[in-house]
Amino acid sequence: MTALTPNGPSATRGGSVGSDTPVMTVDGVSAVFGHGPRRKTVLHGVDLALLRGRTLGLVGESGSGKSTLAKVMVGLVRPVGGRVLLDDTDVTRWRGRAELFTRRRQVQLIPQDPYASLNPRMTVGETIAEAIDPRRGGATRHRNAVERRLAQVALGADAANRYPHEFSGGQRQRIAIARALAVEPALIIADEITSALDCSVRAEVLNVLTALRRDLGLTMLFISHDLAVVRHVSDDVAVMRHGRLVEVGTAADVFGAPREPYTRLLLSAGSPGAR
Amino acid sequence: MTAGLPPRRDRAATRPPRKRLGAMLVIGLAGLGLLVLLAVVAPWIWGDDADRLGPEVHLGSSGEHWLGTDALGRDIFARTLVATRPTLELSALATLIASTVGIALGGLVWVGGPRLRAVGLRVIDVMIAYPAVILALAIAAILDPGPKACVIAIGAAGSPTFARLTANLTASVAGRDFVGSARLLGVGPLRLMRRHILPNIAEPLLVLLSVSYAHTLMALSALSFLGLGVQLPDYDWGQLLAVGLQSLYTNPVEAVGPAVAVVLAGLSASFVGDGLAAAAERSSAPAMKAKASGAAESDPVSAIPDRTAGVPDDAVLVIDGLRVLRADGTALVDGVTFHVGAGEIVGVLGESGSGKTLTAMAVARLLPGGLHATARRAVLRDPGADELDLVASGSESAATRRRLATEIGIVHQDPSASFNPALKLGGQLTETLRVHMGVSRREAARRAVEQLEFVRITDPKARLRQYPHELSGGMRGRAMIASALLPRPRLVIADEPTTALDVVVRAEVLRVLRAANERDGTAMLFISHDVGVVGDLCDRVLVMYAGRLVEELTTADLRAGRAEHPYTLALLAATPHLDDTPSPEDANGDRRLAAIPGHPPRPDERPPGCAFAPRCPAVSPICHATPPPVHAPAPGLSVVCHLPGRRSATEEKPSEATR
Repeated sequence: MTALTPNGPSATRGGSVGSDTPVMTVDGVSAVFGHGPRRKTVLHGVDLALLRGRTLGLVGESGSGKSTLAKVMVGLVRPVGGRVLLDDTDVTRWRGRAELFTRRRQVQLIPQDPYASLNPRMTVGETIAEAIDPRRGGATRHRNAVERRLAQVALGADAANRYPHEFSGGQRQRIAIARALAVEPALIIADEITSALDCSVRAEVLNVLTALRRDLGLTMLFISHDLAVVRHVSDDVAVMRHGRLVEVGTAADVFGAPREPYTRLLLSAGSPGAR
Repeated sequence: MTAGLPPRRDRAATRPPRKRLGAMLVIGLAGLGLLVLLAVVAPWIWGDDADRLGPEVHLGSSGEHWLGTDALGRDIFARTLVATRPTLELSALATLIASTVGIALGGLVWVGGPRLRAVGLRVIDVMIAYPAVILALAIAAILDPGPKACVIAIGAAGSPTFARLTANLTASVAGRDFVGSARLLGVGPLRLMRRHILPNIAEPLLVLLSVSYAHTLMALSALSFLGLGVQLPDYDWGQLLAVGLQSLYTNPVEAVGPAVAVVLAGLSASFVGDGLAAAAERSSAPAMKAKASGAAESDPVSAIPDRTAGVPDDAVLVIDGLRVLRADGTALVDGVTFHVGAGEIVGVLGESGSGKTLTAMAVARLLPGGLHATARRAVLRDPGADELDLVASGSESAATRRRLATEIGIVHQDPSASFNPALKLGGQLTETLRVHMGVSRREAARRAVEQLEFVRITDPKARLRQYPHELSGGMRGRAMIASALLPRPRLVIADEPTTALDVVVRAEVLRVLRAANERDGTAMLFISHDVGVVGDLCDRVLVMYAGRLVEELTTADLRAGRAEHPYTLALLAATPHLDDTPSPEDANGDRRLAAIPGHPPRPDERPPGCAFAPRCPAVSPICHATPPPVHAPAPGLSVVCHLPGRRSATEEKPSEATR
């Protein structure tokens, strides 16, 4: 498959700024699970570039390899082929403790379930302070930085002294976003972060993401099976099927004028009411 | 032993645990406290008495010597009290060794990586299999007999239990997202253990600690009793017991003191352990308060006017004033009235905690334990038979059970969890037909194949001989629908059947449900939190909020945004759309969704007026004080609001999330 790169920023809608510099480039990455007869190829030579300051939405059915691709980019799954370039350096060969630490701080994953991703025995302040300095972080030492991060996700400073169970699902997910921001990563990967939420609180999380993209020029990979949500937050969209990228383009192009039949099928299935 | 871990996603359990100690814990703590006090003061007060040699040896119980005297004429009561300190001290020391070594081992096994883990866990298993006292005997025999050897031996023998518990609990906590997230942040293994894992497994470990203290006390006393522990002239309870036993036949009272002391101390420590375990259980289970005395003083159901008058005669399901109550009288579903007409698909829309699933489960008589339903009227109608009362109290007759099984079909949320993985599909699909309808095995199989064909499952005959895991997720979902449709029920209840599915499978499931409705005229109650799905499939929609029905409207009105209730309007505004109408853009060019600030009230904290008032953009003072009236222009259409249709403030009010 030829390299598919999203079109330049010229095609974006107003408000978002993007660039042509990729923060991370996935170059012909293949991934395999299992051994022997159970060996199953999950990714077949995937090429993808994440451009600085832009949000790429990744859609596909369950089992299409979306989450595996995210794990390859974070470094939780080692690809059997291809390269993952972080600012032109191939990070798949990194092995040392210091290198792994650097890589982990460059790419942050926001997990799906806000009820499982926050330690119930740590205050929100401690959780975020740990993200700022994982070795010696403390809530009092980093109080100002913690409050700034909380403000970025529209939470008050008093939230720092409270425990996760005192917050709603949407607020917890915003805390998880604040934790990812506190690392100041080059790239944030949001894996189905709204699918566990009710629609009224999903909106608050999406609004926070919108504001962050505008204010911080966030670079993000947004994975979701909810096409309406992807359309809402993404500049570019990649469609995945059976471990291959089917179509990549700007959100306007992919949703407005899909080229591939599979994309059209996905869109017609995903828009109830338009039968 | 996962009592200390709050269950995932259980929102009821995430409230802070109430600090009330159980009776067992109080008794245990009081006993232990008394013993500790005794251990501190006894040597000062009775120390001299305990060592003073007297002329009268082997004396029975008397006013001067309550428990008699020993071979040297020393007062046994005083000796027993004085022996409290060494006994408790040595037990505490041994427990400390066992827990420190054990927790460190269990933690190391986890920190050390997969290879060390595999070996370490096997070693711990072997150590556990070895009886602790025998291990202690061996160690005590190798070392010289004495308290030091005993403490080390018992400590070492007790450590595998701690190691195993720590390793197991750690494994379960380490699999959770927050540990993974902390690792991705670059948190080192030791800090991970100290900050993320130990605090989350502390409760079960604490329980084990107190139980283990009781065991240690027994084991140490046993070793002293056998002469391996504390050596004369020092003495502890075990040693006193050994001495007392020598004259058991001549002066039995000598043995009573130390024996009672060992039992009391062991019981106290066990009580503390059990009490802690019970407290942990309570704090992680939803709190069940004692029945409130004033719960029934005003029955809201009778305050609601009867609205079943205009319900069409052919309605399949008629529900009036349904309430689902917790044991303490809190209404989780509070006075819901609706009907489902013949061949009608009615959607129930609401967020988690709105009571939509409980409403459906009450209709199917499948409420979880601890909940019960009341209603002025709740019936399933059948032109050829009597009405089936769905909330009648008392035990169900076989006929009622049969009618419930055959007239109501249920499609669950998670298809992979609702089939038994150990049984073939055929038996599970045909169970209702064979058990409740007396259909022959061959005929049941024929109908099952027909039904599987209908839901477009390929090669249906072969599928009957397959196990659920051999089907793909989408196929399992359709197989479950087939199973619900098989007895040709009058009503199908579908509880979030599309929530866990991706778009393609979801579209298939919706298509199949619609086809069943068109073929058989099956009435459906379709529960979902997805506005789009409900708008696609249903004829009419019930919107629920905080256990109450707030609006009934047609799907056409919902799709067109012609809702009257501010909550329904807010839900619509909070939902991003895939079609060509983009969300409104703000001054920065951002597309922004209207989030609903705040969160729904808990069922026991519902305000006296409208439950949505605190979050409502169109709120007025009357909303907080007075329950909203029901406007019902026609049967099946209603809105429960003081100011229906008022939406002017919706766009102006800045929401919390959007700054």
